[in-house]
Parts: sequence; C-alpha cells; structure tokens
Amino acid sequence: MEASTEAARVPVRTNTWDRVRKYIGDYGLIALLLVMPVVYGIQDISDDGSLARLGNNFVDGLSNGAIWALVALGYTLVYGIIELINFAHGEVFMIGSLVSAGFFGTIGLTTATGTGGLVLGLLLTLVLAMLASGSLNVMIERVAYRPLRSAPKLAPLITAVGFSFILQNVGVLWIGGSPEGIPDLINAQKELFSIGGVSVSQGDVLAIAATIPLVFLLVGFISQSRLGKAMRATAQDPEAARLMGINVDTTISATFLLGGLMAGAAGLIYALYQTTIWFFQGFQAGLIAFTAAVMGGIGNLWGAVLGGFIIGIIQQISDNRIGGEWTPAIVFAYLVLIMVFRPQGLLGEETREAG
Amino acid sequence: MMAVAVEQRPEGKLKTDPRTLAALAVALVVTLWMASEIEMSIFMAIVLWAIIAVRTIFHENELVNRLTVVAFVVWAIALPFFHDEGAGFIEDATLALAYAVMALGLNIIVGFAGLLDLGYVAFYALGALTAGWFMSGFFVNAGGGEGVSLFVGEPASTLPGIHFNFLIVLIIAVCVTTIAGMLIGLPTLRLRGDYIAIVTLAFGEIVGRIVINGDQIIIGGEKLTNGRQGITPIDKIDLPFLEPFKSLDLRPWYFVALGLVVLVLFVNYRLRDSRLGRAWIALREDEVAAASMGVPLVKTKLLAYGTGAAFGGLSGVFLGSYLNTVNADQFQFSFSIFVLAMVILGGLGSIEGVMLGAVVLTFINFNFIPDVFNDYPSKIGLDFDLTELSFGIFGFLLVIMMVLRPEGLIPERRRKLELKEGIGVGDTELGTTETMFEAKA
Repeated sequence: MEASTEAARVPVRTNTWDRVRKYIGDYGLIALLLVMPVVYGIQDISDDGSLARLGNNFVDGLSNGAIWALVALGYTLVYGIIELINFAHGEVFMIGSLVSAGFFGTIGLTTATGTGGLVLGLLLTLVLAMLASGSLNVMIERVAYRPLRSAPKLAPLITAVGFSFILQNVGVLWIGGSPEGIPDLINAQKELFSIGGVSVSQGDVLAIAATIPLVFLLVGFISQSRLGKAMRATAQDPEAARLMGINVDTTISATFLLGGLMAGAAGLIYALYQTTIWFFQGFQAGLIAFTAAVMGGIGNLWGAVLGGFIIGIIQQISDNRIGGEWTPAIVFAYLVLIMVFRPQGLLGEETREAG
Repeated sequence: MMAVAVEQRPEGKLKTDPRTLAALAVALVVTLWMASEIEMSIFMAIVLWAIIAVRTIFHENELVNRLTVVAFVVWAIALPFFHDEGAGFIEDATLALAYAVMALGLNIIVGFAGLLDLGYVAFYALGALTAGWFMSGFFVNAGGGEGVSLFVGEPASTLPGIHFNFLIVLIIAVCVTTIAGMLIGLPTLRLRGDYIAIVTLAFGEIVGRIVINGDQIIIGGEKLTNGRQGITPIDKIDLPFLEPFKSLDLRPWYFVALGLVVLVLFVNYRLRDSRLGRAWIALREDEVAAASMGVPLVKTKLLAYGTGAAFGGLSGVFLGSYLNTVNADQFQFSFSIFVLAMVILGGLGSIEGVMLGAVVLTFINFNFIPDVFNDYPSKIGLDFDLTELSFGIFGFLLVIMMVLRPEGLIPERRRKLELKEGIGVGDTELGTTETMFEAKA
C-alpha cells in the first residue's frame, strides 16, 4: 500500500483549513466519541444519582459491538489486501444468520433441549455457519472481483453492490420479506448477574465470550502462520509477493475465506442474541460494521475490533436515548465526520485512498 | 445493434455486413413482441425500428445521421397521439422520461467525472420535497391560514398552504439541490474511489432518515416533512397559457417530461464538449495528471456534483407533481442503485446509452417484471412473486454488465478504449499492478 504514495498525492497548499483539519483530526475524533457518553452520564447523575442506565447501555453496546467487530474484521481484511470495499460483506453475514436459523430446525434444537445437547448443537451450527459464509465470500470474489482486478476501481465496487442486492433477494426467497422470529435458545435476555444496578444478560456473555477467542485466533493466524505472512506480503506489494513465490490469487481467496468465516460466526451470534432474522439485516449491519472498520483505521485488525465496540456503544446509547429511528443517521454522521477529519481512523496510518 | 455495425464495418465500404442485417431482423421481431406486451402502438414500434435501421445502415452519412435525429424527435412528439390519453403505456413512458433526466444527472457525476455516487436519491428527495413544500397545502398556516400563491390559477390559489407555479418551483429546486450537491461533494474532495461511494451513500441515507423522521423536526411551529404518511396531494402542473393539467389526460405530462429531457440532453451535450466537460473526463481518467495539467480539482468536482444534483432536483419536482405524493418510501437506497443501473447498462459517460438504459430499465421495472414475466415462476412450478425480486434482477444486471460488457450497451468511445486497455493486459494476472494499484479511481 506504500507503493506510489508520494507520487499519487496531489500537491496541496497548507492553509488555515488544513491546520484546522489536522487539529480536529488529532483530538476531535476522540472528543466527538466522548460527547454522547459524557452528556448522558451527567444527565443520569442529575436524574437518578447513579450511572446505572449508562452502564446498561455500555454492556448492551459492547455485546452488540462484538458482532459488529466480527463483521468489521472482514471489511478490514479484504480492504487491507486488495483495497476494495466488499460491499456484499453485510449480506454474507446475513446468510450466516439464515443458515444458522435453518440448521437449528434441521437438527431439532429447541428451547427445551438440554445444556449438553445445546452446546454441541450450537458448536456444530457455528462451524456450519462459518463454512457457509466463508465459501460464499470466496465464491463472490471468484465471480465478481477476480475478473475485474485490472479494471478501473469503479468496476468491482459496482459488482459488489450488485451482489449485495442478489444476496438480499436470496434471503427474501429463503425466509420471505418480513422479519422472522427464531427460538430463543440461550434465553438471551435472562439476567446472569448484576453489578451496582448494571445487569449482564446471558446473551451479552455469549456475544463477548464467542467473539474474543475468534479475534485472537484470527490475529494469531495472520501474525504467525505461513499463509498469514503471505497475506501481509501481498497487502504490502502484490508484485513483489509474486516474485517471492507467493500464489497471490490463492492468498486473496484465503483472505476472503477468513473474512467470511468471521461473518458467519457473527451471523450465528446475532441470530441467538436478537432472536429475529431478516433479509435486510445485512445491509444495516454492513454499513455499521464498515463505519467501525473506518473508525478503527481500515486495514488494522485491532482497529476494527475497537471500532466495533465503540460503534456498538454509540448505537445503543442512541437507540435508548434518542430513539432507534435516528440511529442510522447518527452512525452515518459519525462515518462522514471521520472520513472528513480523520480518514485514517483511530489506529490506522494514512492511506492513499483517504489522504 | 448500432455498436455491432460500428465495430464490424470496414471503413469506406458501403456494403452492409450481413450480420448487421441479421441483427436488425432479430431486432424487428423483438420490437414487435415487446410492443405488443407493453401495449405500445405497433405502428410506432415499426417506425422506431425503421429509424434505427436507417441510422445503423447509413451511419457514415452525416446527412442521414442528422435526419434520423430529427425523425426521432418527431417520433417522440407524435408518440402519445397514437395511444389513448390515459394509456398505461404513456404513463410508463412519462415515468421513463423523468427517470432519464435523473440518469443523465447521475451520468455527469459517475460517467463524466468518475465520482461514484451511491446516494443520488438524496437529490431526488430534495427536489420532491421542494415540490411538497411549495406546491401543496402542507404548510397550512402559511400566510395566516389564507395560503400563499404565486402565478397559479384557480383552485390552488384559494387553498391554504403554499402554491407556487411549477416553473418557479423548478428554479427553487435547482438552487436547493445544486447547493446540496456541492455541500455533499465538499467532504469527498480529499477522498478517492471507494471512499467517495461510501460517503455519498451515507449522505443519501441521512437525507432519507430525515425525510422519514421529519415529522419530529419542528422548525418555527411547522413540521419539516410528513414522515411516512407523505405529503399529498401535490398541485398539478399549471403552465402559463395552458389549461391546468389533469390526472386522467397524460399527454401534457408526457410533453413536460419530454421537454425536461430535451433541455437536459442539450445541457449534457454542451457540457460534455465544453472546457468543463473535458476537465471532468480528464479527472476521471487520471486525477493526478489532470491536476498537474492545471485542472482545478475542487471547482471541477464540485461543479460535477452540483450539475448532477440539479438534474435530480428537476426530476424530483416533476415526479412529486406527477405521482401526486412525496413519500419517504420513495427515497430508499435501492432507488440510487436503480438509477446507477440505468447508467451502467447504457454505458458510463455515454449520453445516448444512458437514455436507452433509463427507458429499458423503467419498462423492465414497471411493466415487464410485474405484468409480463410475473406468472413465469408459477408456470415452471416455483412459488414466488417476481416483483419481490426486481432489485435482485438489477443486481444481477450490474454484475453481468460489469464482467461481460463494462462499456455498456452503447459505449462512449473514449471510455471503451480506457476499459479495453485496462482489461486487455493479462486478465487473471496481478502482474498489471500498474493499473490496479495506481490511483485509477
């Protein structure tokens, strides 16, 4: 990605606006992220004398954020290696949910299933959902992106949007056009324990407990394994990587597979946590997760996780205080502000795309 | 068909390629079948085919080229007189023309300047909202409950609310959307490629959200929009020296839409061949090179957004009045993709292609999918409603076009070269990093 950074940069005069932009870019994003928690924290203390409500928002936000983090990893991986926004990634996540929900029925998992059977069944579903989403993502890359690798950048983005619509319609054909409730297998809303008025439900624990190991596995794989090394090399310079004997096509496919695996896991967790599935869930989730990936710094794995958690919290506070109908607008407003003032995100480095 | 002829005929020879003739014969059959399915006058369909055939065969003759353009305009003007005044075909044709205005606007942003805008629906929304504000009884308290009116005839001038003449509202909408287009363009100036797409998409969604939840936003005691209920009814178009339009006589609506298309086409051609148009194309092909040749990036990009947005606003006002409602459900992300699909299908940057794409997709969406093909799945034993899948079909179209014929149905010559050059060098090889990793957005 370093290649031709300097050459491609359009000469820019430093003026007042640039200095303002840099200043806001350095400190503004952090301040902006703190606005909502601080304002509502103060309001809570003056209203109830405790921060319990804000605390609850944080807990729910973190568990939602865990799902967005997994989806965001897919965006960040793919962007890191071929500098393409995989627009269909949200739909890959949605298919993961649909596969999970369908498989519950097939193997006969209901709310009455005992703990042992439930754990075994869910692990099986997890593997299946991950494989389904992973292979779907690889297929998309093969059909829609690979033939266009040397075309202008507009082309693969348009096929990505096209695929996103095709997959939404697959969802419509599969479960119909309206949201569908699925059995609440893990009793997601049941309070497990509570600390100082902040209650933690079973769903929250599941979301966090499933996400953290997956993230560590992924990061470990990319930093330790041979294939991970090949991915990093391809991301840096595909041509040089090829000269060193790396099969670039296989490496890119593997990246899509990894992203899809994470999206499939997120799909299962979402289905268990929300207990409704919908063909349109992927579109919203995709945009939120993309915002998370940009917020953390696209191309940076830990950034995507951090961004996912932050966006989860923002979304939860907005749902709870301002009203759910405004949440998408608020998330998108954050997206635009980040793009303008700090396109490299919290942890990322400046890229050519977003200089 | 025209493209086939252009490619295959050697220069200077007057003999027509037999394959072109075969294609024209097939086109005649297809035209007749489609015309009967969409209840179009068979006579007019044959005339249209004849115009295209003459142009295809004699395309090297400058005089014939001009004559066919004149013939085509006459054909378009005569079209409604060969149908009933309330015919479904004219209803869809009017819609197709209104969408063509929008597609031509998006073509300036995406096709000329190469800035992928996934939030074009924002400009449609703003144009339609302008119609909702200034051409309806929405602001009941305006003028102290008496209503405010400007150059409108009887019933509207006596009703409460704000009632301005259609032409005045058009001008207001152009101003509003141009400013909005530039404002949305501002944050994308530093960005490239994919990031522009996402930021414009985000703006489109924000505008959509504001329209949906606008009944919660109270400014000076008035709601901003009517939320999901929509603003309805909207005044009918009331042009000077003419009777006010009626909802059952569709011919005047068709002619207004045609007038807008002609205006927009004129502006499009003039802009494309102007200094600004060449700057846009230079920008699209290589931003860095364009900048070093002295193309002012900020001004050029903002003008692309502003002009494209203005066309969306024009079309929005017309559609608001034509559909008689300004409703939040009209302004969804999928609409941006619908318009984008028209541009892609016809050919990015190709004015004729985009016109064709808009007409074809409108008829596919409002005629072929719901009426003609809808019972096909049940005939082969499948149980689903094809209308639910219309956007999947458009998605499929986008993928197929981009992979198989990225230059579109009627390619723009320069664009075609650009794409050929990019794809021709080693299809599956990443070795062509020059094109892939260079800033070719």
